[in-house]
Amino acid sequence: MSINKTNHTINNHGFVTLIWPLMGLAAILLFNLFFTPNFFHIEIKDSHLYGSLIDILNRAAPVILISIGMTLVIATAGIDISVGSVIAISGAIAASLIAKTGAPLLVVVTVPLLISMILGAWNGFLVSAIGVQPIIASLILMVAGRGIAQLITDGQIVTFENKAFEYIGNGFLFGIPFTITIIALVFGVTQTLTRKTALGLFIESVGCNPTASRFSGISVRSIKQVVYIFSGFCAGVAGLIAAANIKGADSNNAGDGLELDAILAVVIGGNSLDGGKFSLTGSLIGALIIQSLTTTILTRGVPVEVTRVVKALVVVAVFLAQSETFRNSIRAKFRRRTP
Amino acid sequence: MKIKIDRKYIPVIATFLVALLLYCGVGIRYPGFMTFRVFVNFFIDNAYLGIAAIGMTFVILSGGIDLSVGSMVAFTGVLTAFLIEKQGLHPLMAIVISLGCGSLIGYVMGCLIHYFKSAPFIVTLTGMFFCRGLANLISLESIPIYNPVFKSFVRLAVELPGRIKIPAIVFIFLLVFIAAIYIAHFTKFGRNVYALGGSSQSALLMGLPVGRTRIAVYALSGFLSALAGVVFTMYTSAGYGLSGLGMEMEAIASVVIGGTLLTGGVGYVAGTLVGVLIQAIIQTFITFDGTLSSWWTKIAIGLLLLIFILLQRFISQASRISKPTETVNI
Repeated sequence: MSINKTNHTINNHGFVTLIWPLMGLAAILLFNLFFTPNFFHIEIKDSHLYGSLIDILNRAAPVILISIGMTLVIATAGIDISVGSVIAISGAIAASLIAKTGAPLLVVVTVPLLISMILGAWNGFLVSAIGVQPIIASLILMVAGRGIAQLITDGQIVTFENKAFEYIGNGFLFGIPFTITIIALVFGVTQTLTRKTALGLFIESVGCNPTASRFSGISVRSIKQVVYIFSGFCAGVAGLIAAANIKGADSNNAGDGLELDAILAVVIGGNSLDGGKFSLTGSLIGALIIQSLTTTILTRGVPVEVTRVVKALVVVAVFLAQSETFRNSIRAKFRRRTP
Repeated sequence: MKIKIDRKYIPVIATFLVALLLYCGVGIRYPGFMTFRVFVNFFIDNAYLGIAAIGMTFVILSGGIDLSVGSMVAFTGVLTAFLIEKQGLHPLMAIVISLGCGSLIGYVMGCLIHYFKSAPFIVTLTGMFFCRGLANLISLESIPIYNPVFKSFVRLAVELPGRIKIPAIVFIFLLVFIAAIYIAHFTKFGRNVYALGGSSQSALLMGLPVGRTRIAVYALSGFLSALAGVVFTMYTSAGYGLSGLGMEMEAIASVVIGGTLLTGGVGYVAGTLVGVLIQAIIQTFITFDGTLSSWWTKIAIGLLLLIFILLQRFISQASRISKPTETVNI
């Protein structure tokens, strides 16, 4: 099985895998070019950019952020399904800090991020030190985390007014929504750290074969630990954006179901759930596919709920395309036809 | 003191002890807690969760996981209500169709997992999206059921002395529970499930029908989730597309707290029942207390999950260390 796994990861990566998600994104955009009027129209109002495309990027911010963290976690053959709850906790702390204590902005931003990283470290500890399966380790935080978030906000939706903090979710920097700046920053830094240093290679080797990595001197534990902390950090940032966006913290609904979107984004982006080689760009494209699919369906006047069915069908299709057995059976059929 | 306890029983025994301790502890604080009426309520309020958790037990025993449970409950609940109220179908017919749909979706998921070697977790995650979407497609609003035949079936109850009524859903739950114990421990299929969870490679080499068993497990889980949806509809007399949110986690928690190893192959259906009861006790305690908020339930369940997972880790590590020495002795 392990031989299979390495083969799989070697064959499928690089530009070849990126081509499918890119084509998917192109197909959705093409559809909109013909059927949605003004979809590609971008205008400048009060020196701010507006338009459907900007809107997609803006709305996709939480999913993109989480899927960046999730990509690294999945690359180590793990999974983090607690991100939704971490988003709720981070938002709840920020909102409570502003509404109840009136703390300065620096505190309001750093405290939730620190706590999110501690929560990520907790997941990492369970996975790397105790050896709990990743899905179960993060399941604990997923179940308990929502309770903790509600405990922080007393089960109510905490609202606040704070111009400086709202800037995180609604502000514009040089005419571009500030959320896009955040994504670009996080994405750029992560890409540089994983591609220009050995860190990316370490993560991939841990995902491919933890035993071999350990023998070649990589500290598997600390790599896993770091990856989960980073995932917590990304969820924390997403939580701040979500809270700033609605000027409040809704512990029940903030980040609900976002973990699934992020996992789908990573998988659609051509990353294997078995771990190993990863592509952050792929995940970014995956997240954009999900968001533009949602926006497209919404602009067609179809209820939001239908997006779930469509998403499910898209994912099944992607899975079949990724499955070696399925591809082989299709290939075999074609071979039979050609004499 | 020479009591020898087989290692594989430790989680189940721990679960029983925790349940007993919790029950007595809360009972001492609130005298009204230990009445038979409250005990019956455990079963009434958690019948749907219990049924779904039993399906989940089989899946986890086989070494897989089913995340579609909660949305399956919502989907089949809405479907049943829709067929009865909006389409005017006979309730029995509606229930049969719902159960069929649930089994079919479970079967398809099983096929995807087996034939295309996809991770169970991601396939059932997709199923979760799919079912929730279907539920919302049928109706966004809650559909109350006024059908007299359905109502009379819901009202069907055995009355015990002391005006304690045991409604039909409790009997459905207990029936499923007994059937599950029979299937798990006394049939070929049950033994295949355990073998599959222990090691699918060995099961395959032994010539067991691995594929058929794996697909059947997911179909069974789909069927039981659908039944849970029907029971939930009977419990609330309505179908609602947003019900069962996060229920898959409660079901998994019940199974894990019930002492079933997440790696598969080890565990008991009876443990799951106790796992469900523990959650019921915590919930009832929080309503009895009145000052504690309902979100403490989630935190408590999360904590219990953690403790039991650590216990499992400890046990499986201990047995892994002891195994090589055994072979040396031989």
